[in-house]
Amino acid sequence: MVELDMKVKMNMKRVDEIIERYKGEEGVLIQLLLDIQSEFNWIPREVIARISETMQIPRSQIYRIVSFYKAMSLNPVGRHIIQVCLGTACQVRGAPKILDRVEENLKIKEGDTTSDMRFSLRRVNCLGCCAMGPVVVVDGNYHGKITSAMVEDILEKYE
Amino acid sequence: MPRLNSKEDLKALRRKIVGMRDLTKPYITLCSGTACHATGSDAVAAAIQKELEKQGLTEEVGVRRTGCHGFCERGPIIIIYPAEICYLNVTPEDVPEIISKTVKGKEIIERLLYADPNTGERMVHEQDIPFYKYQTRLVFSGNLWVDPTNIEDYIALGGYRALAKALHEMTPEEVLEEVKHANLRGRGGGGFPAGRKWETTRDISGEPKYVIVNCDEGDPGAYMDRSIMEGNPHRVLEGLTIAAYAIGATQGFVYVRQEYPLAVSNLAIALEQAKEYGLLGEDILGSGFGFDVIVHRGAGAFISGESSALMNAIEGKVGEPRPKYVHTSEAGIWDKPSNLNNVETLANVPLIIEKGADWFGSIGTEGSKGTKIFSLVGTVNNTGLVEVPMGTTLRDIIYKIGGGIRGGKRFKGVQTGGPSGGIIPEQYLDSPVDFDELTKLGSMMGSGGMIVIDEDTCIVDLARYFVDFLCDESCGKCVPCREGLKRMREILEDIVAGRGKEGDIELLEEIAVVMKKASLCALGTTAANPTLSTIRYFRDEYEAHIKEKRCPSLVCKNLISYYIEPEKCIACLKCLKNCPEGAIEGEKRVIHVIEQSKCVKCGICYDVCPPKVGAVKKISGKPVPPSLPEAERAIRKGKKKGGESD
Repeated sequence: MVELDMKVKMNMKRVDEIIERYKGEEGVLIQLLLDIQSEFNWIPREVIARISETMQIPRSQIYRIVSFYKAMSLNPVGRHIIQVCLGTACQVRGAPKILDRVEENLKIKEGDTTSDMRFSLRRVNCLGCCAMGPVVVVDGNYHGKITSAMVEDILEKYE
Repeated sequence: MPRLNSKEDLKALRRKIVGMRDLTKPYITLCSGTACHATGSDAVAAAIQKELEKQGLTEEVGVRRTGCHGFCERGPIIIIYPAEICYLNVTPEDVPEIISKTVKGKEIIERLLYADPNTGERMVHEQDIPFYKYQTRLVFSGNLWVDPTNIEDYIALGGYRALAKALHEMTPEEVLEEVKHANLRGRGGGGFPAGRKWETTRDISGEPKYVIVNCDEGDPGAYMDRSIMEGNPHRVLEGLTIAAYAIGATQGFVYVRQEYPLAVSNLAIALEQAKEYGLLGEDILGSGFGFDVIVHRGAGAFISGESSALMNAIEGKVGEPRPKYVHTSEAGIWDKPSNLNNVETLANVPLIIEKGADWFGSIGTEGSKGTKIFSLVGTVNNTGLVEVPMGTTLRDIIYKIGGGIRGGKRFKGVQTGGPSGGIIPEQYLDSPVDFDELTKLGSMMGSGGMIVIDEDTCIVDLARYFVDFLCDESCGKCVPCREGLKRMREILEDIVAGRGKEGDIELLEEIAVVMKKASLCALGTTAANPTLSTIRYFRDEYEAHIKEKRCPSLVCKNLISYYIEPEKCIACLKCLKNCPEGAIEGEKRVIHVIEQSKCVKCGICYDVCPPKVGAVKKISGKPVPPSLPEAERAIRKGKKKGGESD
């Protein structure tokens, strides 16, 4: 955690740059937070404090939004983000078995991060590439038509 | 590029673009929608570029990266013009051969063509492939030709002609009347007539008025809006601008999920180009009408696709619905009149304006006009996006276009309408698909997801899946939806886990009635549809789970066991080596046995057992046979096992 806090401090300048884009405009909080999320992969509390001060928005309101939307995270994420698609098309082609396998392999539940910060596991509801289902996406790389037996090999590729 | 200041300017530009294009020159188009990205379209594009440079053909051969062609199962897809030769599942390794043989030598590479799975016959052109042959592509056709990052491609196909016609030849009232007369119904879910919606926003007092495109597309299994937005964004912008003109709005919004990064970036490029060409902004095409568009990225909440929730989100608030006694068409964004339409709905508008409401009305059924794009997915052979006239039967879509069920399995049902829809069983396969017919069958059109399921899908587990999804996505603001879904989930989880009891089905039905009557928004009022429709058509499956503790489809983990049939096992060690729990005993020439206490039912043994052996079985509703005594497990040399000699 300490290491991460340092990283955030060093990047506060970047945060200010992002805030600057939206200053003085109405209804931009979600867009601003999305930019922060894609920059850091999560939204640290220090950043929320900074947005609150600069934009004059109560912290409670920011937390409400960050906790409501799935694309935003209040927790730090691992080096690799695994998304297991559980859209209906993947569901009927066996995606639950894939998710079980990943969970058992990494010894974490969906939504969590491994203690060594190697993987964060997310379940998503449809990535829109239903023809390739079941689909697992790791760091933006799509792995399609996978079976439970392939899970281990895929995970091994990401250190 | 100087901006276009009149209808004539647009016409002249189109003539110029078309004139500069030599249609006899070899041209390669490469499908670059998200699914093809995922299957390696980028690598193929790079390989094409590299090979053209290597062979010194960059001048002679044109390359265009287009939007989604729809046949995602077989991507990446390339088409080579002028002969229109269509190659499927193209890899970078195929590229040098394609350039040398087909582009230069006009020779067809058989192995890359589509082969009919039944007859083996090869087909050269896209339109000969059954997946395309039986479709009517009106809205989606541009995707095959247009490079979404180049506005001139769209203009060359006649793009923005409808806008020019609306602005210069029609009054806003005439545009509105045309759309009303066409009876264009909303493609996003409810099927409400778009023209009437427009009229409400137009007639109510209050300025400014807003028009919004809904590209939130949260229904799992549906991705046609994404493909239109990614592949032909100008089509949507043109429709939106026409709507704005008819309604009298000067500000538009596009609400697009940020899970669709390619749609977001192609849309941003399209907006820039439209402004540059004078097709957005002040004084569009010299008509005096001005209109601007802002993009709002959605942050991942299914409920935010609901109209009032979406408008809250655009205001920067939490995307929760408002009470619906005030319509958003009267008081939406910042309480101003706001008209919201789905992507596909707006993509139909330029067609209606250009070809007329009467032409549009000649396609489809009495109550549902035009075509509809479906995403045909699940356990069907040809998955992808399918555009057909309203009223086409489910059977035609699933069998003629979709090529039937995978792996020779039996068709069980088709799920339409997303989590608010239902599952339609086999006996209704000949029903025509339109808004009203699907509602009659206890499902709905929704945004057009069509998920085919076969005998290996457990209906109760699927109902549980939808309730679980909605439970997760319910905003929790109103009690009937929040608590009703939770209770339904508990009951369904109990049933699939073998803890179901008499009276559970009736209790589910009772909860459903209350949710339908008392929930705040459509998420809650329709949430019970998947459960109700499955109880209606597949009650016996529910009863098997509850009374016999048996899962007829052999899916529900708590109700099944894996078992190796000793007569079939050839002791090949495959399952044993792959079992992650070490639950399988045996060795070479010794029949394998699953130790039930260690088995976590992951199903890997079932998946890896060679199909011709088929020794691993799933059992439900009866005890696992006792394992063979150790002394009898040895396989003697030469003894035939599972049709194979050792």
